[in-house]
Amino acid sequence: MAILKRLMLSEYLVLFLSVLYFVALAPFTPGFATFDNCGNLLATLLPLFVVAMGLTFVLITGGIDLSVTSIIALTSVAGAATLNSSTGWLAGSSLAIPVGIAVMLLIGGAVGLWNGLAIAKFRMPPFIVTLTTMMFVSGLAIWLTQSKNINHLPAAFNALGGKTWVAFFITAALAVVAHVMLSRSRWGRWLYAVGHNARASLISGVPVAGVTVSAYVASGVLAALASVIYTGQAETGSPVMGQRILLDIIGATVIGGTSLFGGKGKVLWTLFGVLFIKLMDNSLNLLDLSYFSIMMVKGGVILFAALMDSMRNQVLVAA
Amino acid sequence: MISFHDISKGFSGVPVLRRVSFAVAEGHTLGLVGENGAGKSTLMNILGGNLQPDGGSMLLAGQPYAPRHPTEAGRHGLAFIHQELNLFANLSIAENIFLTAFPRWGPFPFIDRTTLRVQTAGLLQQVGLDLPPETPVERLSAGERQLVEIAKALSQNARLIILDEPSTSLSARETVILFALIDRLRARGISMIYISHALDDVLRLCDDIVVLRDGERVGAGPRAQFTSERMISLMVGRSLNRLFPERASQPLHEPGRAELPLSPKIRAAQQRRPTHQRFMVPMRVAENVETTQEVLLEVSHLSQPGIIRDISLVLHRGEILGLSGLMGAGRSELARILFGLDPCARGEIRLKGSSISGRSPKWRIQRGLAFLTENRREEGLCMESAIADNIALVSLGQHTRPPLGFLDFPKLRQAVSNIRNAVRLTATVRDEQPVKTLSGGNQQKVVLAKWLLSQPEVLILDEPTRGVDVGAKYEVYQLINELAERGAGVLIISSELEELIGLCDRILVMGRGEIRDELNREEFNRERILRAALCDSVTP
Repeated sequence: MAILKRLMLSEYLVLFLSVLYFVALAPFTPGFATFDNCGNLLATLLPLFVVAMGLTFVLITGGIDLSVTSIIALTSVAGAATLNSSTGWLAGSSLAIPVGIAVMLLIGGAVGLWNGLAIAKFRMPPFIVTLTTMMFVSGLAIWLTQSKNINHLPAAFNALGGKTWVAFFITAALAVVAHVMLSRSRWGRWLYAVGHNARASLISGVPVAGVTVSAYVASGVLAALASVIYTGQAETGSPVMGQRILLDIIGATVIGGTSLFGGKGKVLWTLFGVLFIKLMDNSLNLLDLSYFSIMMVKGGVILFAALMDSMRNQVLVAA
Repeated sequence: MISFHDISKGFSGVPVLRRVSFAVAEGHTLGLVGENGAGKSTLMNILGGNLQPDGGSMLLAGQPYAPRHPTEAGRHGLAFIHQELNLFANLSIAENIFLTAFPRWGPFPFIDRTTLRVQTAGLLQQVGLDLPPETPVERLSAGERQLVEIAKALSQNARLIILDEPSTSLSARETVILFALIDRLRARGISMIYISHALDDVLRLCDDIVVLRDGERVGAGPRAQFTSERMISLMVGRSLNRLFPERASQPLHEPGRAELPLSPKIRAAQQRRPTHQRFMVPMRVAENVETTQEVLLEVSHLSQPGIIRDISLVLHRGEILGLSGLMGAGRSELARILFGLDPCARGEIRLKGSSISGRSPKWRIQRGLAFLTENRREEGLCMESAIADNIALVSLGQHTRPPLGFLDFPKLRQAVSNIRNAVRLTATVRDEQPVKTLSGGNQQKVVLAKWLLSQPEVLILDEPTRGVDVGAKYEVYQLINELAERGAGVLIISSELEELIGLCDRILVMGRGEIRDELNREEFNRERILRAALCDSVTP
């Protein structure tokens, strides 16, 4: 009982659950525990982790960012339009790749800046702002490309996402930076303080508006970086890139333990949440379930995770 | 109409009401006066069924009356009109009045709109409010809302109406209308209890007057026996028996106790003094003559329409300045303006000689200002986060490590640990514990610690001992004293007069957004302060 309680309270709970899930399903799931499959799993996990990191920042401030998937789509086509080797503006130039990536990051940052300003300066609710941003930006991505993919991307660009070890190092570096920023910087402390109590933070001299804006900008830039990996993996700029993963991103972050009410969250937790979601996704795919049944199972599991979290909080309060 | 017999009530052993007896005669208006904390609200809560008395009984129209619940009081024909009104701003006047008793279409669950409108119009006419019944309450002024409350009471056939500070939020014109209505209600034979700090109004409106002090009835009788002078002396006449730290007569630093941090400038000034004096509090008058002349905060002709009017004050180094006044006198509003949270239309604020008008709170904090707000849950603390994180919040910038500017955790931990010892936070609580698990007193010490860590030179403390137990109060007073001894300027807002008299060098009295009076320590006088704060009937 005591061990169970300690496990419940541990911040590694989701990691334990993931391992448990893996061990429990491995015997029944064909090809689950193979080297190839784990490589696949890692490849899909990395970009999801990158976006989820950004969302973690936003959730810590007590907001939400629904526009991340639309940022992935828009930056994917904008980047591809800039650097592809047939019709690209910089086709063939040695600057194509760096400029293309810079364009993607700038767009991600700009959309994040808009979200942040609308929320912090005009005091609009984050849900509405980012929802409408998502509608507008995803529509824009499709309209700009007339719903066509952009191919012929340079091999060196595709390698950023396509070669899993490259993507791994990019993601690991981002994770370390994000973790250090959250846990060791003044900005990180401010982020938590704003999420806990924005009024008290303002009175304590925290630049609340600036901190809020920066969280959305970070989220936008990280979504753009995830788009670099996704686009490289797909070897094409697609205006519907990431269309289906919004709930995965939010689900993974929240399963990890980041609170939707703000003030609570860690990069490591988000990693565990992403791992858990991806394991589930992958195993259900291997079991040959349809998209719809996968959705049903996922919904049930996320609900279960939420129940665990609320039970955990009750134990914490009782302790 | 109603009579109270030996009503007693205590909260956790502290008596709040002691055998209070009086009666409201049928059709009479009774004025109930007393200081904050005299027991008026508790008595009215017992009358309204929110609280049960520990002893004593009540008789309503000759029958024993012991409500267990507010709705029971309503059934007996009692209606309360509170200072903070209980209307739904989003609903119309008619809907508010008939919220619990809509006229219906016979047996059907539909509202009979016609009857509703007719009845509401009739009631509004009775209270003298010339507005269509469909008007949403959010469009009404404070005075009009009060009239709607009274109309609601009339709709419920109230026999006894209790008015709690009805005139505080009203304009002069609205007050005249309200008083005329009270006269009309009295003529109709409705009994009323009128609670107010505006003693002239009480004298004018009431047939009988009861004065409470410290939970006891200290005066009662027909109006003719009272003057406002007499009421004030009855309200005040109490010896000061509270615990206050003696100013300037005790060791500042017990051995082994952490020092309060202050700005380097002050520290340097202190080090110039002989060493032994850093451990003994110097006699203020003798030692601090040169420091008390230095102006830290200077406010000139500060005005914001409807909030404060032409406020000028100075705060010297080493001085504790008190700001007294009633609720709604504009004290907290002034503090918020000083800290840059609310705008001000005219006037200037200077901190250590340079103007800080129009600057952000962050900018002011960096120049040595600190502000402890009156509601620490909403504005003082992040209740869910750790004690250490709360304490560090203001001063994160001073605890970073070059070149990247990441936080220097060992230094931060040390600073937090020093400061929590300095404010005497209970030793058993851990730094990682969420603040919400602490008692009120310890929470307040965390807020103080947070501000002290930023090494402020001017502290604005709004109700620093609200919700703090007696022992911790004493410690908070000691801390405030120490801060002043060591050269900070402290501006304290408090509703407890003893607190200000015990702590301050000087007291300013505010009323209706203005400074009404200024008293130096040797002139401190409860009556004079109360009179400046109280005696203002707004009616011409």
